[in-house]
Amino acid sequence: MHRARALVAITALLLAGCQAGAGAGATEKPSLLIWTGGGPGGEATQALGAIFARENGVDVNVQIIPEDLQTQFVTASQAGRAPDVVMGAHDWIGNLVQNATIDPLQMTDDTKAGYQDLAIKAVTFNGQVYGMPYTMNNIVLFRNTALVPDAPRSMEELVQKGTQLKSSGKAQEILALPVGPTGDPYHINPLFTSGGGYIFGTRDTGDFDPADLGVAKPGATAAYAKIRALGEGGAGVLKRSITTDNILSLFSGGKAPFMISGPWQLPQLQQTGVKYDISPVPPFEGGQPARPFITVDAAYVASRGDNKALAQEFVTNFWSRPDTGTALYTATSSVPALKEALATVRAGDPLVGKVSDAGVEFGQIMPSIPAMAVVWDPLGKAEAAVVGGADPASTISAAASAIQAQIK
Amino acid sequence: MRRKLGLGADGTASPLGLIIKIVVLGLVAAIAVWAAFPLIGTGNWLGLAVLLLVTAVIFSIYLSPRAIPAKYLIPGTLFLIVFQVLPVLFTLSTAFTNFGDAHRGSKDEAVAAVEGSSVQQVPGSTVYTLTIATDGEPGSGDIVFLLTDPATKAAFVGTADGLEPLNDATQNTDGKITEAGGYEILDIAEVSARSADIVEFSVPTDRGAIKNQGLSRAFEGTPQQAYDAGCDCVKDRTTGQTWTANDDDGLFVDGQGQALAQGWQVNVGFRNFAEVLTNPVIRASFLKILLWNLGFAFGVVLITFALGLLVALVLNKPGLRGQRLYRSLIILPYAMPAVAMMLVWRDMFNTDFGLINRLFGLDVNWFGSAPSSMFAILLVQLWLGYNYMFLVSTGALQAIPADLTEAAQVDGARPFHAFRTITFPLLLVALAPLLISSFAFNFNNFTAIYLVSEGAPFPPDNPQAGATDILITYTYRLAFGGAGAQYGFAAAISVFIFLIVATISIVSFRRTHALEEIN
Repeated sequence: MHRARALVAITALLLAGCQAGAGAGATEKPSLLIWTGGGPGGEATQALGAIFARENGVDVNVQIIPEDLQTQFVTASQAGRAPDVVMGAHDWIGNLVQNATIDPLQMTDDTKAGYQDLAIKAVTFNGQVYGMPYTMNNIVLFRNTALVPDAPRSMEELVQKGTQLKSSGKAQEILALPVGPTGDPYHINPLFTSGGGYIFGTRDTGDFDPADLGVAKPGATAAYAKIRALGEGGAGVLKRSITTDNILSLFSGGKAPFMISGPWQLPQLQQTGVKYDISPVPPFEGGQPARPFITVDAAYVASRGDNKALAQEFVTNFWSRPDTGTALYTATSSVPALKEALATVRAGDPLVGKVSDAGVEFGQIMPSIPAMAVVWDPLGKAEAAVVGGADPASTISAAASAIQAQIK
Repeated sequence: MRRKLGLGADGTASPLGLIIKIVVLGLVAAIAVWAAFPLIGTGNWLGLAVLLLVTAVIFSIYLSPRAIPAKYLIPGTLFLIVFQVLPVLFTLSTAFTNFGDAHRGSKDEAVAAVEGSSVQQVPGSTVYTLTIATDGEPGSGDIVFLLTDPATKAAFVGTADGLEPLNDATQNTDGKITEAGGYEILDIAEVSARSADIVEFSVPTDRGAIKNQGLSRAFEGTPQQAYDAGCDCVKDRTTGQTWTANDDDGLFVDGQGQALAQGWQVNVGFRNFAEVLTNPVIRASFLKILLWNLGFAFGVVLITFALGLLVALVLNKPGLRGQRLYRSLIILPYAMPAVAMMLVWRDMFNTDFGLINRLFGLDVNWFGSAPSSMFAILLVQLWLGYNYMFLVSTGALQAIPADLTEAAQVDGARPFHAFRTITFPLLLVALAPLLISSFAFNFNNFTAIYLVSEGAPFPPDNPQAGATDILITYTYRLAFGGAGAQYGFAAAISVFIFLIVATISIVSFRRTHALEEIN
């Protein structure tokens, strides 16, 4: 008898649980799901999402995806669980488009005119604009003004000043430029281009051409011959032991008078008390201009989000506002992509203005075609090998053939 | 009187046993109901049939008086199927496709993506100020766009039939229509509720169609590229360029061999397996990598076990002071996250700024030459792994009766002789399966390589096969490091690695049967 009673009681509990679940969520506010990466930019996006929510009477849920945001977004889209909006670097566009995960944006001419030209070019792929840019970054030369008052005009001058400081014991290293055990083609690009190299050529339309691989051209070998001369077997300026993890401590600790890095170092540098200034990365004497890569962060409308109209509203009308741009600058110290926001920021922070000027004058957009993904690893390893003293001609041609074998 | 089916049919009588049974079977039923709705929603009838069958089997077995062995076997069997057999089958089936970046969906999805991403604003057309409304009830009426031309303030209504002038509309200062006779203007919540209908909706015009961009703007656009089923190709309206479908590769390809970005998933037969066997890069480096892979996995097991056992023996002496403290200290690193420890070790091996070179006054580029890089990796694994071996050896040592070694000593055997002939063989009986599983784990120990050396050093003429690469890091680079994720190719490689590890494990387990005869 009591057994039957227990059964009834448990059944009643289970049913009660079911009912409680079914009652929730009958009338809910419209909601927008945004995925963004970690760091200060992610937190700023959460704050901005809250503003959009308040202004429009909707729920905005900004989720921070600290690792592999791009991969996770593609996988989630495929599984039908995509967010409405995703934030990411412009060089993801090629992969996101080939996986049918983002929609093109129809930007009015007025909106386009408000942005720096390079920013719009960066988010244009196959003639379509895919993202609403917000930050635009490039690397520059930081110098310790206590050790080096004037900016060097050439790489040779930089090496000479650095060597002097090193031999007089005022510095232990000449230049904090990340190479690492497997290379870093992003940070070496100014030297690579100044030496006569390029990664992909462009078609008449301005799109990158995967068939025109600059790494396979003689210019790349010539550039790497110059890089080798700066390496461990030569001037000792470039070293595989210098990585993205230790450049900041080398520079801020006064051990290296020069550092090549981006504006994302500014918030931490300001806390260290080192006196510094910013100038464009200098070219080799008599060489080509030293071109840093321009990278743009942008907001994208997911193809398979649940609430596309609201997502488009957020991306095209809210994310393009100057106050959004300045709020993101305050959090990240990145250069705003919007002209009006940049003008506001420049007035209060001349260093960010210098980063932007260097980018506008010398920068080249980092290729966003899917073939670029094939370049990083082989070219990086070739760079590390050459910095370590390997023969540039055979090493670079091996990297070029490894890249060509993988471009479909 | 014998009942056929029932909670107590198999003799479960205690109240606790019955309650556990009720709760567990209730959970099974709840999970089945929870899983059934999405299956019904997506029309996956095969999945639903499997779900019903599995649930029915579970209930009939646990409510029946018979089938006693099945009561014990069914949980393990189900978990084996779900967590072992299904992933293996899924990997195997993926290996026969080109699934990966640009080849994730169906051909229809690729066509929709090609057309959708080629929509461009009609040159010289108006960008309208938009108000989304319905003709009828907000929740069910047909969607209409109430549009104003920002320049002329002229108002229009766009329906699925086309664009018509709208006379009785009230506009606010931004030109947005706030009221129009006969139409229900949707607020933001109502727009969101109709989101799927709005995505489908467009106003046809002579030159294309008017679509919304957000909530307050609409533009007249037309897809530049359209799929033509007649030629099974995609045509560009302005340039006339065509891309013909290639169903072997899952791509639209033009005359010059250039493909559109969006492709689709197709079956490629044994092509991935053939690629693994014939790729010249893989062929040139496979044997070297396999040898180091075996050496690495075997070496890690050997050195961690040797050191772990040595320490366990030393600390196993009865009456040792501070025995517990020593044991706790040795186990401590085992409790730290291995991933973080590997990164710390990697930085300690830095040539110019690392602790190891500074401490010993060396100038070794640890990851610059093959022997030093291998040494560094083994050292890190030794530090990370000997604690575990210490732990299991201590446990096994304590399980060996002391009178065996005492008897040997009485017979005049020296301690090492006694250890070698009695303790060690008995230990191996207990630990051999652990050593084999440790080998299998280390054979595919991705992080041990990837976080410490990344496979470095790489020969200058081959950036793809490093001297410390093991099969899994090497194939990860081939399948994911290059042209996006190639899951089909990666799955084919996994099948090969699975065969290698399975062969080694089967042979080893056979050999351990010989050990058990000591007992």
